[in-house]
Amino acid sequence: MLLMVAVGGALGGMLRLAVSNLLARLAGAGFPWGTLVVNLSGALLAGILAGSFGVPHGEAAAAWLFLVIGVLGGYTTVSSLSLQSLALWQSGRHGAALANLSLTLGAGLALAALGWWLGGGVL
Amino acid sequence: MSSWPAYAAVGLGSALGSSLRYLVSLASIAMLGPAFPWGTLLVNLVGSWLIAAFAAYAACRRDGHVARWQPFLVAGFCGGFTTFSLFGLETLHLLGLGRPGLALLYVLLSVPLWLAAAWLGDRFVRRRFG
Repeated sequence: MLLMVAVGGALGGMLRLAVSNLLARLAGAGFPWGTLVVNLSGALLAGILAGSFGVPHGEAAAAWLFLVIGVLGGYTTVSSLSLQSLALWQSGRHGAALANLSLTLGAGLALAALGWWLGGGVL
Repeated sequence: MSSWPAYAAVGLGSALGSSLRYLVSLASIAMLGPAFPWGTLLVNLVGSWLIAAFAAYAACRRDGHVARWQPFLVAGFCGGFTTFSLFGLETLHLLGLGRPGLALLYVLLSVPLWLAAAWLGDRFVRRRFG
């Protein structure tokens, strides 16, 4: 079971690196677009999977451990969000730091709820 | 940064971070029960502290030896250890269980604590090595 999480986490982490690199090339390094896109897309996908299969109570199935806890858990990140928001704030870009946090939180939770609904789940 | 050794280092770090996150979550449920997502809160705090501490350390020691560990430790371990998607799911799950107060508390507690942890990690290293 731990192996499902580990393999999923490895894939998710490499996917995050690819998306971050792509976004840095497309949108520049002035704002952490990569982390934002990663977290928003990961929240939507996690919502869809939770809506489709339901959040497990107690022991989780291998597919849930691989896809949700491993791939999507490893794909999305809070550490980069915290560090990049702190760095924006410390460089005097207070508005950008607050926008980064509120966009991630607001749109992330809304997209997770949308995914949950799209997946056929009831809140 | 996009070469294959970087991907291998990030993949390995993220596998370790994700596995440890899963074990912390199992341990938190065993010790504190499933009513509140203590495990995710804890990994996101520790991961935010670690990433800021490492970034500050790398800024203080500008040599290649520290920078070489960056993909494994930062994008790999810290990235895989912390999670935003599970934070979102847990918030929705608390709402779905009819616990809107607990869901709101989870969000309002998490965000300032993530930032405080990053700030403390940054300060901790700068005071010692800066």
